[in-house]
Amino acid sequence: MDDNTEPLLVIDDLAVEFRTDEGVVKAVDGAAFTIDRGEIVGVVGESGSGKSVTAMSILGLVKSGRRVRGAIRFRGRDLGTLPAKELRSIRGAEIAMIFQDPMTALNPVVTIGRQIVEALRLHDKRLSKAAARDRAIELLALVGMPDAAARFKQFPHEFSGGMRQRAMIAMAIANGPSLLIADEPTTALDVTIQAQVLDLLKVAQQETQAATLLITHDLGVVAELADRVVVMYAGRVVEQGDVTTVFTAPRHPYTVGLLESLPRLDRDVDELHPIPGSPPSLLAPPPGCPFHPRCPLARDRCRTERPELRVVGNGTAVHRTACHFAEELAAVPTEVTR
Amino acid sequence: MTAFVVRRILVNIIVFILIGIGVFLLVRAAPGDPVRMMIRPEDLQEGSEAFIQGRREELGLNDPILVQYARWFLDALTGDLGSSFISRQPVSGLLAERLGPTILLMSTALGISLLIAIPLGTVAAIRRNTSVDYAAAALSLGVISIPSFFLGIVAIYVFSLQLGWLPSSGMSTPGGGGGTDVLQHLIMPAAILGLAGAGPLTRYVRGSLIDELSADYVRTAEAKGGSPARVVTRHALRNSLIPLITIIMINIPQMLAGAVVLEQVFAWPGMGQLAVRAVTQQDYPVIVGFALYVAALVLICNLIADIAYAIVDPRVKVS
Ligand SMILES: Nc1ncnc2c1ncn2[C@@H]1O[C@H](COP(=O)(O)OP(=O)(O)OP(=O)(O)O)[C@@H](O)[C@H]1O
Ligand code: SF4
Ligand SMILES: [Mg+2]
Repeated sequence: MDDNTEPLLVIDDLAVEFRTDEGVVKAVDGAAFTIDRGEIVGVVGESGSGKSVTAMSILGLVKSGRRVRGAIRFRGRDLGTLPAKELRSIRGAEIAMIFQDPMTALNPVVTIGRQIVEALRLHDKRLSKAAARDRAIELLALVGMPDAAARFKQFPHEFSGGMRQRAMIAMAIANGPSLLIADEPTTALDVTIQAQVLDLLKVAQQETQAATLLITHDLGVVAELADRVVVMYAGRVVEQGDVTTVFTAPRHPYTVGLLESLPRLDRDVDELHPIPGSPPSLLAPPPGCPFHPRCPLARDRCRTERPELRVVGNGTAVHRTACHFAEELAAVPTEVTR
Repeated sequence: MTAFVVRRILVNIIVFILIGIGVFLLVRAAPGDPVRMMIRPEDLQEGSEAFIQGRREELGLNDPILVQYARWFLDALTGDLGSSFISRQPVSGLLAERLGPTILLMSTALGISLLIAIPLGTVAAIRRNTSVDYAAAALSLGVISIPSFFLGIVAIYVFSLQLGWLPSSGMSTPGGGGGTDVLQHLIMPAAILGLAGAGPLTRYVRGSLIDELSADYVRTAEAKGGSPARVVTRHALRNSLIPLITIIMINIPQMLAGAVVLEQVFAWPGMGQLAVRAVTQQDYPVIVGFALYVAALVLICNLIADIAYAIVDPRVKVS
């Protein structure tokens, strides 16, 4: 069943739509990327670019949305056509998720311990309650929870945000997943806590050897943690490649804009260049390249012809971009500073 | 926790005393003269004016209102709520023997309400905007809009008169008795009262469960691999039922009002029946006593709700 010639996860031309009162929202429109075993892939892009919807589609957690195109293959199996029961046996076991807001992602009336025990026993029916309890306490200790045995019995509201996210991570790695999906795992936390939780995520990743899909707004985090980066815009992947290549030699004007909008040590603050304009409406995306209304390089062809993702550069690592005029971009920023 | 409970009890006692003053004054302010009510109009003749005055003096009705209240309050402290103007029996005894039947009727009705509302509301929430949901909505609206005395009369007609399955009135068969007998008498009024309560509760369970189903923790439970049934019962429903405690308690007075009506229809020997008679006869001590019993019942229910809340919702801080 395990097809070793294919990457662990393949997202192929995924399109997800929402029917709303205003019309059909094309939240994801032809997203495509892959994740290899054990690698960390960062997904970046402005708010509303479809990062979360893409991530949730993997486990079939987009409730009101409709998948109109594409396939998501995990170990060669199309998760979209899997019977519900089989999909459930993958959720939380082979693929686990960490959500953005640990304040709301945990059930407020169930103890932290029982929530972790549930994750364990859902996928190992023979695990006794006592053994699950011991394992859960072990996991809490592993994610750096002081006094894990006492914490086991407490409710989410007795935890700080950072501690809750640690508990979420403990729950996610409970069954030794081969893919971890973390959707902005630190955005909702205090700045001082963010670094700790990211460090923990790195430790957890090394511990489990799980491939990781890390969604974040923070390019610095991607530079530090990820092997590869996927840049999304208006529901599409506009550029992807290994982190160093993409960050030192971006081949899409949107990526260039993102990098230039970063505060950097070697530049004055007033030299920040936020990308002018705002992301297009997903109800009626512009024809051609969705970035053309904001693109400094845009010309007639961009307004009519949709650029497909294609291989650029001559490096060894595969670097893809969806821009007609990628070759015109000179190598821009050379480093990313947090 | 103990401090919390003690504090709640003290607050409730103060509220109770205030209610007592309010009720006492309101009843006294009502038009009509209870002494005249005791005398049949045809017996009114010359000289009865003096007799009426004598009775008023005897009953203390001519004293200043504050004196009347103080006397009544001190007596009430000893459990003496006075005697019925009509039957001369002590009010507390009259009410006490009717408290049991009313509580039996109401608690059975509440159980029936919940047995209907929780499953029906849950199914309506999960299958929202399908025919099942619409049917549940129609049913809820139906039982809310049909007056319960009407349902009661229909039920008596069908089940007692036509089918002869159930007794139409009272709480037990004279000479008979036993648990099954009481149960047979209880079924119709309790089912009708329960049905009336189930309507709004079903809507409430549905709405609150729909809210919870879109909560983040529900998505987490799904992402863990929980089955839909597990996600609903172990996670969403548990959260959505907590506020139901408050809703039930808020509805207690309304339910009591429903019970008063049904006690009339089914001649159920509860407090409602007694109260209706007392009101038509302007039997002050009984009316005041009834109002106090109702107030106490409502306050006790609220107290139970507060404590239950503190037990089932770990987020409630009781310190
Ligand atoms: N349930 C829904 N109904 C309608 N539209 C939705 C729904 N969920 C998401 N969308 C839309 O889909 C688009 C993509 O949303 P998504 O949450 O994937 O963005 P994102 O890249 O994760 O953004 P952020 O960085 O803010 O988390 C947005 O325009 C959003 O409004
Ligand atoms: S295709 Fe055109 S509009 Fe789109 S990014 Fe490239 S140059 Fe800009
Ligand atoms: Mg998001």
